[in-house]
Amino acid sequence: MSNTQMADKDVLLDIFTRADLIMQSDRRFRKMIGAGQLQIVYYPVRGQEVVSAAMMAAINQDDYLVTIYRGLHDQLAKGIPSKDLWAEFAGKVTGTCKGKGGPMHITHPETGVMVTTGIVGSGIPIANGLGLASQLEKDNKVTVCCFGDGASNIGAFHEGLNMAQIWKLPVIFLCQNNHYGEHTHMRDTTGSKTIAQRGEGLGMRSVRVNGNDASEMYAAAKEAVDHARAGNGPTLIEAMTFRFHGHLLGDTSHYIPKEEMEQAREDDPMPILRQQLLDLQVSEADIAAIEAKNTATIDEAAQFALDSDYPPGDEYRIDVLDVEIAA
Amino acid sequence: MSDEKPQEIMFAQACNMAMARAMADDDKVILLGEDIADKEGGGVFKVTAGLSEKYGTDRVRSTPISEQAIVGAAVGSALVGYRPVAEIMLMNFITVAMDQLVNHAAKLRFMSGGQTSVPLTIRTTTGAGTGLGGQHSDMLEAWLAHVPGLKVVAASNPADAYGLLYSSIMDDNPVVFIENTPTYFTKGPAPAPDHVVPLGKASVPREGTDISLITYGRGVGASHAVAEKLAGEGISCEIIDLRTIAPFDEETVLKSVAKTRAAVVVHEAVKNFGTGAEISSRIHEELFSDLKAPVGRVGSGYAPVPFSPTIEKAWMFSEDDIEREVRKILG
Repeated sequence: MSNTQMADKDVLLDIFTRADLIMQSDRRFRKMIGAGQLQIVYYPVRGQEVVSAAMMAAINQDDYLVTIYRGLHDQLAKGIPSKDLWAEFAGKVTGTCKGKGGPMHITHPETGVMVTTGIVGSGIPIANGLGLASQLEKDNKVTVCCFGDGASNIGAFHEGLNMAQIWKLPVIFLCQNNHYGEHTHMRDTTGSKTIAQRGEGLGMRSVRVNGNDASEMYAAAKEAVDHARAGNGPTLIEAMTFRFHGHLLGDTSHYIPKEEMEQAREDDPMPILRQQLLDLQVSEADIAAIEAKNTATIDEAAQFALDSDYPPGDEYRIDVLDVEIAA
Repeated sequence: MSDEKPQEIMFAQACNMAMARAMADDDKVILLGEDIADKEGGGVFKVTAGLSEKYGTDRVRSTPISEQAIVGAAVGSALVGYRPVAEIMLMNFITVAMDQLVNHAAKLRFMSGGQTSVPLTIRTTTGAGTGLGGQHSDMLEAWLAHVPGLKVVAASNPADAYGLLYSSIMDDNPVVFIENTPTYFTKGPAPAPDHVVPLGKASVPREGTDISLITYGRGVGASHAVAEKLAGEGISCEIIDLRTIAPFDEETVLKSVAKTRAAVVVHEAVKNFGTGAEISSRIHEELFSDLKAPVGRVGSGYAPVPFSPTIEKAWMFSEDDIEREVRKILG
């Protein structure tokens, strides 16, 4: 972290704008679920905002993203409009997927979000297919594939990274290492010290960075993207981060030692990034304006989700195949 | 044309020709699979022989032995407009890739609210009777037919294989196309180059009046043999070759049984919980009061495919089983 040059002010502002939207959205979801306004299973993303925001700031809207059930941060950072995303989380007909996917299965091709999977590790082989299409098409797109530290223990990780490497696919494998797979610490589940070591073992360019440091994360992301666009193949980025609200909402994180949680809170990426902006002479008023704009976006999105209708029951017969299933 | 001797081709050749045709028609058709390029032999059964020489190894890719990665690469490329044809060498190996096939290929159209689709084809081969034992010759079509969003296809002869595989590749839904190892090198009449068999349409290769034999794949040949034998005794069998197992052509099946008022469903797969149960049940639901007797089922025994020829033969569905079932129903 200490060796990385500070990113440009504009880049940091971009990252902050995305990260703050994520932080505020996460907070609002938890609040509304807690108040009974939404009845959904929710996988909190508080603490992982900067990893996503910096990664997505380094790619374009038409680049592809494959992510997982803990994906709100990735989806917002990639640019899915909040209204569409909120409505889908709420299961409404106005959502990205007409309410047929839900929080664990978000798709939004307009912003390159091609798959959100609820199966650990399964996005990795699919990301290869997107990368293969780009390679054949020579469209210069990259695919970012997000997963957690737990995914490196499932077979798809090893099969997928190996294939990406032998075919030099333009894919960035972004392992967001928050130390815990569900309730179990990585040290109790993982034979290697790091996930990056596993990438190296598969012959892949692999780096381990402090994902909570915007400049360091952005530099690693940019380098991986340039590497892929130049036709040099994939990179595994192991981005170290933390999740503050457990595996899913309601989880009290009782399995996380108090000292570890306290340290993580001290390292909370959001206040650090905010302070970095102030240090770069961004005014408090300018930052407050970004935050207020994000709040307004969320106000509107949340209301839209609440006000929208549920899809008609008959909708289940549509989109199973390319023709409607008879009633 | 009529006085010319019809040209014959092998089943494996028909599959090869269907892929060659699809690749020529649409440059988004790509092939993935273990050993499928010519450098590696053009596939373990040579079904893809010559295709990488003609279309290049960018489009005809030999892969590692990684079924999840193969099917995943097919899913991902299909999401953005490709028509990948993934060869899963043997049907048992599909079990290794079931997550990609069942949780992703079959569901992404639905879960995305129709924003994406997965027009991939999985080609796979299987079939018992040649001593391949418990992990190289299972018929698993019922597993797949139970998954909404997947189409399952099986051809019984080379011409249908040609027309059905081409339709499978060009279909906008994920399709599993089941080939049959023991009949790969069996010959049949060659199709016209533009021959197409639509998915979801059964054929009636033999018309009859006393009983309907509803079957697919290798069950069709066995049913023909039995029908021929029984014809000598004045028993008239109609044969329905489903061709597409899921979703199956209910209209043709029900029309036939409404006429014959008796039916046996025949398949090589294990009888218990097989596709025969669904087809039989649909017939009972629609035509119960018209039936001369309950619908019969013929399938293989409730056991893994055995190795030793004596046990394998005893376990496997047979022409004798079909004949016995027909006599029981008409008796």
